Amino acid sequence: MTTLAPAGVAAPRAARRPPSPMRRRQNAAAYTFITPFVVVFLAMIVVPLVYAAYVSVFRTQLVGGTMFVGLGNYSRALTDPLFLSGVARMALFLVVQVPIMLGLALVFALLLDAGVLFLQRFVRLGIFVPYAVPSVVAALMWGYLYGPDFGPFAQLAHNLNLPPPAFLSASWMLGSIMNVVTWEYIGYNMIVMYAALRAIPSELYDAAAVDGAGRFRTAWHVKIPAIRPAILLTAIFSVIGSFQLFNEPNIMRTLSPNVIGTAYTPNLYAYNLAFVNRETNYAAAIAFLLGLVIMVVSYVVQLSGQRKGDAR
Amino acid sequence: MSHLARGRRLKAFALVAPVAAATLILGACSNGGGGGGGGATERISQADIDKAMTTPTNLLFWTWVPDIQKEVDLFQKAYPAIKVEVVNVGQGADHYKKLRSALQAGKGAPDVAQIEFQHIQSFALGDNLLDLTPYIPEKAGDDYVEWVWNQVKSTDGTKVFGIPQDSGPVGLLYREDILKDNGIDVPATWDDFAAAAKKLHDAKPDVYLTNLPGNDMGQIVSLLWQAGVKPFGWDGDKTVTINLDSDEAKKVVGYWDNLVKEGLVSVDPDFTDAWYQGLSSGKYASWVPAAAWGPVFLQGTAGNTSGLWRAAQIPQWEAGGTATANWGGSSDAVLKSTKNPIAAAQLAWWINHDPSSTIKLANEQFLFPVTKDTLANPEFADQASEFYGGQKVNAEFAKISANVDVNFGWLPFTDYVYSAGGETLGKAIADKSDMLKGLADWQKALVDYAKQQGFTVK
Repeated sequence: MTTLAPAGVAAPRAARRPPSPMRRRQNAAAYTFITPFVVVFLAMIVVPLVYAAYVSVFRTQLVGGTMFVGLGNYSRALTDPLFLSGVARMALFLVVQVPIMLGLALVFALLLDAGVLFLQRFVRLGIFVPYAVPSVVAALMWGYLYGPDFGPFAQLAHNLNLPPPAFLSASWMLGSIMNVVTWEYIGYNMIVMYAALRAIPSELYDAAAVDGAGRFRTAWHVKIPAIRPAILLTAIFSVIGSFQLFNEPNIMRTLSPNVIGTAYTPNLYAYNLAFVNRETNYAAAIAFLLGLVIMVVSYVVQLSGQRKGDAR
Repeated sequence: MSHLARGRRLKAFALVAPVAAATLILGACSNGGGGGGGGATERISQADIDKAMTTPTNLLFWTWVPDIQKEVDLFQKAYPAIKVEVVNVGQGADHYKKLRSALQAGKGAPDVAQIEFQHIQSFALGDNLLDLTPYIPEKAGDDYVEWVWNQVKSTDGTKVFGIPQDSGPVGLLYREDILKDNGIDVPATWDDFAAAAKKLHDAKPDVYLTNLPGNDMGQIVSLLWQAGVKPFGWDGDKTVTINLDSDEAKKVVGYWDNLVKEGLVSVDPDFTDAWYQGLSSGKYASWVPAAAWGPVFLQGTAGNTSGLWRAAQIPQWEAGGTATANWGGSSDAVLKSTKNPIAAAQLAWWINHDPSSTIKLANEQFLFPVTKDTLANPEFADQASEFYGGQKVNAEFAKISANVDVNFGWLPFTDYVYSAGGETLGKAIADKSDMLKGLADWQKALVDYAKQQGFTVK
């Protein structure tokens, strides 16, 4: 609703005139429509955030009660090896898993768009279904599949007289979790990219055909650049999701309690700090720092994804 | 209304009023968190108890004991005015997380909650538990096994925080068929045990004499307890004693370190599917230390091994000794936030004291009893269990229960003790790396945490 204000004189006059009844009705309607969202947003997101920020500047001891410590919890977190190793582990997870997952999602989306697959709808649905599975169920299921005694891989290995693959061991655990997360979210990312591909104006394809581009060159030079915003979107969501990893390690922890420690991921660390160590203030500080890390990394991803000269 | 009747009414009123007033005042005392113990050790009169037990009341009971509704039904039959809602909010750590969250939030907490012995002090620290002394008979403690009663008292011995429900005296549960097939005698000392482990594993590389889990600090602590180690202490106020690096503790951990390094015992986490399957398939020839409640877990997945297990005393450090320890065991405690202290206290007391209830808990839920008369009750003691090939396991464990060291203290933050243990010593076990270093790391982690929380560490 931007009004074109002619420079200078007209503007103050326009500001002084009260809004017309119709404008007022429109404004009122607009505010009414967004009120439910604002109420829920404030109550469920803003208020807890403010409260967590408040809690994070105090410290409660089992003996000695609560005291104000300012940024003490934050400085403790920045030198806490458990927190830092958790963040590093998630950074490694991010660097390996996200490109693989997005790459595969892109390939599938391109294949679907090119129409070269049989049973398009079925394939699309099949790849998307894992996203519909609750992540707790998915983690439990994969935990069983990975099992060194009764999982199908172990049984197969047993039949071939090989030692069972150590999916739940310390060296393979991160990879096993990467596999579970990829399986869960590849469908979602694929659908986002596929929808973006469907929206590409067909003139671009005509132009590419005229220039003599085959399927692969069309894909590389026309399709992928055209869906750059969608790819960026999925990349940022994946970054946020991988730093917040919690469900899968938490479930795997019951299967391999000594491989997944209390601080395997920063989120798991915050959870255990609050509910096992009873250090809720420190947990709040960790959560905020994690949020900060996520913001920084997301921003970097977004910057690197933009072309020079993109006005955004 | 005749003049006489009015006089009688007046007299009756004059009698009731002070009693009512006293109930209100005493009620206010215990509800208002008067933790000092001074006025609260006055016993509640039987009249007040009767009055409370005939007033319609709703109680919320959080417990994970399977089928406890049976005992609760008996209680409700005895006191029809009291309605008890039993909720299972999770087992062990999950239950405590929810309990602490409810207490911190100030609402949603139950009236009565199951609390294991090792966690009682951590709730006492937060002043969350109601002192039950005024609500139970004066000599209540005499009905219970001495060391069990000590576990539910405050550190200064003046308050009672819970009514003991069951205990877990530890022994050795072994597969008689596997030992016999390999010519191994039941080990009486730990040296015998090590020798037997080697003999068994050399003969059958797929079988281990036992499993040492890295995720079960309760079991590890019972091993230390059995060796006479007393690593934890709390004076009820601001000082804690943490002594995991004593020579005896190192001896115990060093012994198991050897067995693990030589590959004579497996290191699978316990109470997982894989572990149950190991018991069922005969991968583990024994379960040690196994608590008296152990058999419950052996009857599910490992049910196909029924008839092959036997129970014996846990191997000793000194030949001819009888030292043993406890692993687990719960009590029912009343939370201070309850609005019905008398009814809640009676619930906790009745379920864990009335003979009809305790014998049910023992025989039907296989909880190991802690009241002297249930232990002596032939219905319990003479049970010849088919799972144990007819051995009178209860009598065996009752003998063992009598030998548990009477004084074993806990730190007021057992959640963290176990969690830190799993990260240090537990990880060393699972990785088969230096367990003595794991023990030292555990000590350090606990000392650091205690200092950070404002305790003075001795």
